[in-house]
Amino acid sequence: MIASIKRTTFHRDVYEPAEDSFALVDALVAHQQTWQHSPPRLCLEVGSGSGYVITSLGLLLQQLGMAVQLLATDINQQAAAATAATLAAHGVWRADVVLCDLASALLPAIEGLVDVLVFNPPYVPTPDDEVASGGLAAAWAGGARGRRVIDRLLPLVPRLLSARGEMFMVAVHENDPAELMREMEAAGFEARVALQRKADEEQLTILHFKRQQPHFPAKRPKMLSV
Amino acid sequence: MRLLCHNMLQCHIKGVVNGYPLKIEAEKVETRETDYEPDFLRHIFPRIQWDALREAAAAMGVDDLPESVSEEMLEDESFLKQFHHALLEVHLEQGALVCPETGRKFVVSDGIPNLLLREDEC
Repeated sequence: MIASIKRTTFHRDVYEPAEDSFALVDALVAHQQTWQHSPPRLCLEVGSGSGYVITSLGLLLQQLGMAVQLLATDINQQAAAATAATLAAHGVWRADVVLCDLASALLPAIEGLVDVLVFNPPYVPTPDDEVASGGLAAAWAGGARGRRVIDRLLPLVPRLLSARGEMFMVAVHENDPAELMREMEAAGFEARVALQRKADEEQLTILHFKRQQPHFPAKRPKMLSV
Repeated sequence: MRLLCHNMLQCHIKGVVNGYPLKIEAEKVETRETDYEPDFLRHIFPRIQWDALREAAAAMGVDDLPESVSEEMLEDESFLKQFHHALLEVHLEQGALVCPETGRKFVVSDGIPNLLLREDEC
């Protein structure tokens, strides 16, 4: 079970769950089995909007029997309120919502604690001056190549994530997902495309970044005794 | 806002050096029971700033946390339950968080702390 649209709060100033939100949740659903081996302890969504995605993630992990703690941030007051309302409407109580820019108010204390980071950025290419104009525009206006906000968050990811941490994010063709993957690989992450989907006028990609695990030398084959 | 969250928040106004911990001014506090998960408590304990938690809890009317703590206490169930209650069950619904350096107040409304900065603070 994931969050229901009927019980998701959104209105004029909050981004309504749409194809990009659904694609992100679908990627999380497809990934859930791997969490059974190592349950996440703390998940963070940056820019949680209506709260549809973080609520769905909370419900997924709850059904797996995991007592995960959730944190969500948004820069829009209406969106933060909507996130809190959507979490509550689904009975997801192990969660806090903070009104702030990206994860600014949580740093440095949250460093190395985030096991799963979720990010549906404002990815639509727009003139740069539309990026910080507040309200609903903050949910989609991404500046040049739709990268202004993405490029502010990605450098923080190595600080935010725990040793086993991973991140799921939405990108569209104009953001150059291949370049985002190369950047994260250079920062010490394994990068892969978790899902790709053609939506209305958008080529949606869900990227999955995971910290490269320390390399253990392969076991030497046993010598045959003569 | 639970004290787990409070323990991670700090004032990030440009130039502020001692923006942690934020002092709590509580107007409305709610207590909601939640599942007791000792594994999570042991996991998070090394990262909790104990003095900040203890002071915050006291501001919310929870004043039974011990002054000093050690890893060994994580074997003691009665301690873990106190820790659990303070960290995860007490919610600040209305009030403010005050920066210890500048006195700037960040309002907490309907359980959501507003840490947004004004343009001249960035």
